Amino acid sequence: MLHFLIKRLLQVIPTVLGISVLVFFMIHLVPGDPAEMMLGERANEKALTELRQQLGLDKPLYVQYGLFMSRLAQGDLGRALRTNEKITTEIATHFPATLELALVAIVFAVTLGMLAGIVSATRQYSLFDYGSMVLSLIGVSMPIFWLGLVLMIIFSVNLGWLPLSGRLSYDITLEPVTNLYLIDSIIQGNWAAFKDALHHIIMPAFTLSTIPMAIIARMTRSSMLEVLRQDYIRTAKAKGLSPRAVHYKHALRNALIPIVTIIGLQFSILLGGAILTETIFAWPGIGSWLLNAVYARDFNAVQGGTMLIATLFVLINVLVDLLYAVINPRIKV
Amino acid sequence: MLKKLLLFTLAAVALTAYSLTPQSVLAAPKQGGTLVFARGADSPGLDPAYETDGNSFMVCDNIYDALVGFMPESTALTPSLATSWDISEDGMTYTFHLREGVSFHDGTPFNADAVVFSHGRQMKDKSKAKFFSKQWGWPEQAPAAEYWLSMEMDDIIESIEAKDDYTVVYKLKRPEAPFLANMAMDFADIVSPTAVLKHGADYITNPVGTGPFKFVSWQKNDRITLERNDGYWDGAPYLDKVLFRVIPDNSVRFLELMSGNVHICQYPNPEDVELAKSNGNLEVITQPGMNVGYLSFNHTKELWQDARIRRAIAHAVNKQAIVDNIYYGMGVPAVNTIPPTMWGYNNDITDYEYNPEKARQLLKEADFEGKLKAAGQDRITLWCMPVARPYNPSGMKVGEAIQADLKAVGINVELVTMEWGTYLKKQRSQDPGMDLFQLGWTGDNGDPDNFLAILLDGMADPNVRTQWKNEEYHQLMVDGKRTTDQAKRIEIYKKAQELIHQEAPMINMAHSIVAQPQHKRVQDFKLHPTTSVYLHKVWLK
Repeated sequence: MLHFLIKRLLQVIPTVLGISVLVFFMIHLVPGDPAEMMLGERANEKALTELRQQLGLDKPLYVQYGLFMSRLAQGDLGRALRTNEKITTEIATHFPATLELALVAIVFAVTLGMLAGIVSATRQYSLFDYGSMVLSLIGVSMPIFWLGLVLMIIFSVNLGWLPLSGRLSYDITLEPVTNLYLIDSIIQGNWAAFKDALHHIIMPAFTLSTIPMAIIARMTRSSMLEVLRQDYIRTAKAKGLSPRAVHYKHALRNALIPIVTIIGLQFSILLGGAILTETIFAWPGIGSWLLNAVYARDFNAVQGGTMLIATLFVLINVLVDLLYAVINPRIKV
Repeated sequence: MLKKLLLFTLAAVALTAYSLTPQSVLAAPKQGGTLVFARGADSPGLDPAYETDGNSFMVCDNIYDALVGFMPESTALTPSLATSWDISEDGMTYTFHLREGVSFHDGTPFNADAVVFSHGRQMKDKSKAKFFSKQWGWPEQAPAAEYWLSMEMDDIIESIEAKDDYTVVYKLKRPEAPFLANMAMDFADIVSPTAVLKHGADYITNPVGTGPFKFVSWQKNDRITLERNDGYWDGAPYLDKVLFRVIPDNSVRFLELMSGNVHICQYPNPEDVELAKSNGNLEVITQPGMNVGYLSFNHTKELWQDARIRRAIAHAVNKQAIVDNIYYGMGVPAVNTIPPTMWGYNNDITDYEYNPEKARQLLKEADFEGKLKAAGQDRITLWCMPVARPYNPSGMKVGEAIQADLKAVGINVELVTMEWGTYLKKQRSQDPGMDLFQLGWTGDNGDPDNFLAILLDGMADPNVRTQWKNEEYHQLMVDGKRTTDQAKRIEIYKKAQELIHQEAPMINMAHSIVAQPQHKRVQDFKLHPTTSVYLHKVWLK
């Protein structure tokens, strides 16, 4: 197991290096002058030259890449061009919001998605089966910003049950510790803040969860169905085990392997792909931060943010592989 | 009869009493409350010297004061941290007399040394900035002071010197009439030297000024919280707190306003403005923006040297239709380059009428066909802005409209667009593939020089985007800068506008109108032409 872990972790290094090359050169090869873009209509030559020097844009590309990598090696992502704030600080302030959102979303997606998938599989061709599969098709294909707005109009504007946007009402105060508001409010025993934060997260998390929920539901259904057709299930049934025991004890455990992979993948996609949800719900996370950086052509921030997300993606994949090995001991080699 | 008379008298008394209930009492500003201001993006930073964008300045406007201020709803100047100023006869020396007894939010006393520090730290040559008593160190200048640079302050200011605790003298290198207006801009805000030196590079998130509100906290991309400065020199504000919230999506921002969770919604979708007007809880306040969207020519090409051709284009473009359909009516067709709200505006100029027939005639007279052929072209290009700006909501749509208008007078137009950074760069170099281009300008300080010289005096500066070179115009701009007497400057700028009208170096397309929906509880909020947001006198019903 240790050997397997080390091997997988070693593979991460070239992957991350490859990502750094891609991220750096892709953003630098896109046409357009960031200095012109940042100063806009009022740019004059003196200000432009000064800004280019300050951004290091007057240096050749390979020198810029070298600088970027040497700083990266020291864990320093540089300063954001737009705000002159350390990128590590900016990521540290924005990432917990995204993490919290993605975690709640994945909880929604896994519980609801797996439940729907299992029930659909055990009651194949039932009304529930058809209904949930049609719903999941809609879930995959519905534009997030549209769904978000519809939910807002129903649950906030018309029913007044949930707040529209943001993470916390302005009359609620909460001392940030981990910046995961649900956790922070529990640590401090601040139940008003907990309730408020929970209210705020439900809608964006649900919106964000629809696509992975649908994918997980479909995946669970087909994986379960496949397992249910296997011989050992027939044997188990023949032994006179109750359907419940057959489904949940024997079938589900084996069906879980591909589902875990999908959940892992979906989670890393959620972390990077929350841009639309965060924008709609004014959720101050890494997605909306990254989007602003792209708009402002903030090279440093885009590089830093993308590197972080890509690295997380790779690490989560490693984690998924490990989980895989735990669930199915045959994969150890 | 007596009963009737009595009744009548009673009614009359009641009515009089009712009508005599003074409106001023009904509308007396109420103390307290938290105002929530919703906007589309966060502030990059709160150090006024280093910011370049409206989202930063709108917060700075409430934390800081400058030496000179703008009047409400206009760009006329008024004393602020300086109570008065003297300008020498030759316009080369400005002496500011400062307000006494003012302190920064951190307790640092405001004085002449703080002024020298605030402006001196942006100067290239720091030896030209002299303190009176306190010798503050110069902070390491992390980013470049963009506004200081683009306003050419190093070329204007020779030295800044604190003569005593409450007198600062600016010696200039050249007479510069807009200098006073520059001193009212955000980059010239006065900052607490103690706080700048204490926080270093982190000052941008720990701002300390003398303004009506104190900075409290900042949750990035979410909210900035300010609280009332009880000791404000111009009287404490009415609001307890102000929250600047970031809600990126226009529709959601407006929904928050409709739900009453925010009080003011900046830059809504045009369709939502209509919705706000019909909502009983909301009102829409509007103001003509201090901006101009324009269409100009590649003046480096032979093809556009003939003023008759430029005038022909001016006659061919149907501005009114563009404003009605593409600006959704949120604008007015521009007659002059400066907006009508600015002093020096020339009311006597009548715009080129939309007249395709006249345009065709002028083109024929000037032999446009022949000139086009001589240039080796069979069509012209029109560069369209790829981004929306207040002065031009959609470059491509405006481009399509102009394309159709020019087609009607026999000119084939190819629309060209590209990424914004590239657009600006290639436009600057007057790319030979460019014939017509769209751009615009939002004013900085309400001085006509900030439009007329910056946009059209190509003889003064290779950075002027139109690169129109006209000796007479250049002379007018130089005179305008050197004259400090405003009445004389008005004459000069009126003449300059006549010249622009006659020569048509650019076609002034439109000045946009800013419309802001807000909750009816918000009282005395006034839009400012500089897009500054002043909340000092605002209160909640």
